[in-house]
Amino acid sequence: MDFLRPASWEEALAAKAEHPTAVPIAGGTDVMVEINFDHRRPEYLLDLNRISELAQWEVGQDSVRLGPSVPYTKIMENLRTELPGLALASHTVASPQIRNRGGVGGNLGCASPAGDAHPSLLSSGADVEVESQARGVRLIPIDEFYKGVKRNALEADELIKAVHIPKADGPQQFSKVGTRNAMVIAVCAFGLALHPETRTVRTGIGSAAPTPIRAKAAEEFLNAALEEGGFWDNGKIITPSIAKQFATLASGACNPIDDVRGTANYRRHAVGVMARRTLMWTWESYRGDNGRTLEGAA
Amino acid sequence: MAQNTRTTPAGTPTNVTQNHTKGGIGESTLRPDGTLKVTGEFAYSSDMWHEDMLWGQTLRSTVAHALIENIDISEAVAMPGVYAVLTYDDLPAKMKNYGLEIQDTPVLANGRVRHHGEPVALVAADHPETARRAAAKIKIDYKELPLVTDEASALAPDAPLIHEGRDDHHSGHVPHPNIVHRQPIIRGNVAEARKRADVIVEGEYTFGMQDQAFLGPESGLAVPAEDGGVDLYVATQWLHSDLQQIAPVLGLPPEKVRMTLSGVGGAFGGREDISMQIHACLLALRTGKPVKIVYNRFESFFGHVHRHPAKLYYEHGATKDGKITHMKCKIVLDGGAYASASPAVVGNASSLSVGPYVIDDVDIEAIALYSNNPPCGAMRGFGAVQACFAYEAQMDKLAAKLGMDPVEFRQLNAMEQGTIMPTGQVVDSPAPVAELLRRVKARPLPPEQQWLAAGEEADVRALPGGLSNTTHGEGVVRGIGYAVGIKNVGFSEGFDDYSTARVRLEVINGEPVAMVHTAMAEVGQGGVTVHAQIARTELGVTQVTIHPADTQVGSAGSTSASRQTYMTGGAVKNTCEAVRAKALELGRRKFGSYHPAWATAELLLEGGKVVTDGGEVLADLADVLEGEAIDEELEFRHRPTQAFDLVTGQGNGHVQYTFAAHRAVVEVDTELGLVKVVELATAQDVGKALNMLSVVGQIQGGTTQGLGVAVMEEIIVDPKTAKVRNPSFTDYLIPTILDTPTIPVDVLELADPNAPYGLRGLGEAPTLSSTPAVLAAIRAATGLELNKTPVRPEHLTGT
Repeated sequence: MDFLRPASWEEALAAKAEHPTAVPIAGGTDVMVEINFDHRRPEYLLDLNRISELAQWEVGQDSVRLGPSVPYTKIMENLRTELPGLALASHTVASPQIRNRGGVGGNLGCASPAGDAHPSLLSSGADVEVESQARGVRLIPIDEFYKGVKRNALEADELIKAVHIPKADGPQQFSKVGTRNAMVIAVCAFGLALHPETRTVRTGIGSAAPTPIRAKAAEEFLNAALEEGGFWDNGKIITPSIAKQFATLASGACNPIDDVRGTANYRRHAVGVMARRTLMWTWESYRGDNGRTLEGAA
Repeated sequence: MAQNTRTTPAGTPTNVTQNHTKGGIGESTLRPDGTLKVTGEFAYSSDMWHEDMLWGQTLRSTVAHALIENIDISEAVAMPGVYAVLTYDDLPAKMKNYGLEIQDTPVLANGRVRHHGEPVALVAADHPETARRAAAKIKIDYKELPLVTDEASALAPDAPLIHEGRDDHHSGHVPHPNIVHRQPIIRGNVAEARKRADVIVEGEYTFGMQDQAFLGPESGLAVPAEDGGVDLYVATQWLHSDLQQIAPVLGLPPEKVRMTLSGVGGAFGGREDISMQIHACLLALRTGKPVKIVYNRFESFFGHVHRHPAKLYYEHGATKDGKITHMKCKIVLDGGAYASASPAVVGNASSLSVGPYVIDDVDIEAIALYSNNPPCGAMRGFGAVQACFAYEAQMDKLAAKLGMDPVEFRQLNAMEQGTIMPTGQVVDSPAPVAELLRRVKARPLPPEQQWLAAGEEADVRALPGGLSNTTHGEGVVRGIGYAVGIKNVGFSEGFDDYSTARVRLEVINGEPVAMVHTAMAEVGQGGVTVHAQIARTELGVTQVTIHPADTQVGSAGSTSASRQTYMTGGAVKNTCEAVRAKALELGRRKFGSYHPAWATAELLLEGGKVVTDGGEVLADLADVLEGEAIDEELEFRHRPTQAFDLVTGQGNGHVQYTFAAHRAVVEVDTELGLVKVVELATAQDVGKALNMLSVVGQIQGGTTQGLGVAVMEEIIVDPKTAKVRNPSFTDYLIPTILDTPTIPVDVLELADPNAPYGLRGLGEAPTLSSTPAVLAAIRAATGLELNKTPVRPEHLTGT
């Protein structure tokens, strides 16, 4: 196994072009486990740790340009306001040691359905900026990024340069079920973001289908129900029947499997519960933030 | 010189000297290895290193039950860096099996594998990765055989026999060759007693396979010696038992296998059986080079036995005023492919199946099966854990049916000193069962809805799901549950259970110093601390040196069965008393004429001096010992026990009983099926706390291990293939600190007159009642029956 250590982004792209089978490594929290267990034995490892810009972020007017190597700890500490959903998800990633090393780029590169970052990237509507030496930069919308179990939309000569995540324009939530109270791989997870500017709701489901997915039917139902009832303007409490239908549709979006971590039925059920709860939390927060005095409010 | 480096690998233990002016028994002396362990400086067995050493690798079966039709090692042998590849055909001695009680376990598979992960071949290479890759190049042709995976398939008319032609000491009395051992216990007349019952409850309970999950995987270093023997440095629980099993298969006399304990990273029963010991010795003797073997976590799951999974069928009756009339039970333990400690686990499960209750009429049967599942054996609680989970569920069911408070119902039926066990044995020392329950119940409850304590926002860390942020209080219901258990201490059923201690008292640099040398395996329990405390108390010295544990001194028995403080602690006490007598005798000879008290008074050693019981100083101990060393090695035995009758189960089988009670307070997210254990209060009688800090640590650790099996820990074996599905800490979950509740500990010290200092073995009891208390609390929160451990979210949500 050759260990490639490019000193710059350009060198990294050149190396990836020359050795398309090279496996990029940054925090190493996923790749090294696979290598140590001999689950994969890449010909080349492409070490991105010398490229400092990959571990930086910029808060822009509308979005955050997040370097793929920014460790989860930094996201939790610095981007809670701009990216509340991703910050909540970052809290649930493994242990403090792993959170100090691992970043969103690893989740995207590996594209495991259990990656904790995916639901909030989906619900925020992120774009993944990738680059190749031959064809330059392109932006892949997150909705088109996940292609199959542990497969993503990257070409063999491309590397992830940044993730552009719209700054929260409304409340966001993230929930994850695991069978212990810390340091656990998701049995399933759910992310939800309210987008008052566009009067839409976006969702993301983790670990309940071959890829991370959005609960599109649930979103469409909810968008229509909120619009129809004038909820965005009147800030009324969401009715139990709307929440229930949203939950049912979220469950229905799942295509889970039975495995040692949980049954398919449980995953469907739990996604529904999380969908309902995260909707209630975000909506209550939206109502509160708007300072409305409302009939029927507790 | 090469030979010198050979005898002293890096990372093996050295003398540990502890210097405390106080620090006799009863003091919370700090452990000598504590700081090293928490700062990462302690050398564990996996840290050992020897110049020129090779790395050993085990190739294990990928199927559970198969004939081996061919093994092709040619590619592995041809790899550069590979020094040896061994299979069954290379075993040097006539003896090719080992085992704790029944020698049924092949060192390497002999034409047939009986469980997933059974060792088939060994490789030694100059780099661990080379060894792994060479092992992967060994080609094995398996012809799969039908599987035995449970009681039905084990006892079916056409069931494949896991061990054909058995001739072990249990084979004559078992009803089927796929039953390792069967122990019935019959007392009273259940049929008659049943007629007096106003209520009867039945239950069928399933206990999952728990792993010891010690943090330091199996590892050791074998160094070939010039005399043709081998020096083995290894993390184990019982050096001498290993030695007895290792020497015959190496074809060496026991004196040519010299063992030294290296740093042990936890054990909990999982190191009672041989793992890499023989393999490393075989490779070292074959190659003439030191060989180190270190399992990774994945291999560790296959490298040691687990807690027996069990099916338990119980029937209890009670009168309407709350007295238990009778109990019938059948306990089916799955022992897996090899016997390991299964026979003794059967003895424990049956004799303790009644729990800490007075029940005169019982009909008990416990069996352990041979199957193609992973071998099971010793784990903290040893058969009593599974029984406690079931009988405590039964107690709650009975109380509910009678409309009684579950604690009051237990107290009404609680055993006490003088109670007769189902085996006929009289409980002849304190058994404060009702009092332990009273204490945990009397404790104030933790405040409700603690997640709101900080302010408006819910603190998710205090809720089920924790930082996974699954609830802010929705669906969360509190439940409270109680349980109490009974465990035996020490080796039972007539086993000649003894410990040896050598104590040397001499003057070094003008100071009297005691050296304590035993073969006790320090696995984290704190024996090295307690031995120094005992020596200080008995010999009045401040400085005590603990010699590394090795086989140059007599056996200390196993670090298990809650026995080491009682047994090896007892041996140290005993030997110290003999040394003290000799020191006083020496003093009398030297200084007797100076003071009449030498002849007349009761003399003690205190603060480095010989003093009378009245406190008068007669001499400095250093002066008494001047120029002489006193050196004694003595064995210590607990009172003898008897085998259980094979038909009636009668017999004074146990040495001592030990009791603990728990109250669990849980919060359950009833919609998601997630559990937060808020508090696990416990009360336990320890007879005498030699070191309260260690006592509380043991109790909290055991409690947490019981919590683990209640809500998350289980080795999942696929019933279709008998293969382990989750051999990793990614999917075999153990509690993190966020899962560990507050554990208030209430310690009673009611002396047992038969035991050294009155102490009562304590390491296992907390593991018994913790699990059923948590289950009871979850039942209280959810109203569900929950007859299986661990409780999974699926069970709580009906999905």
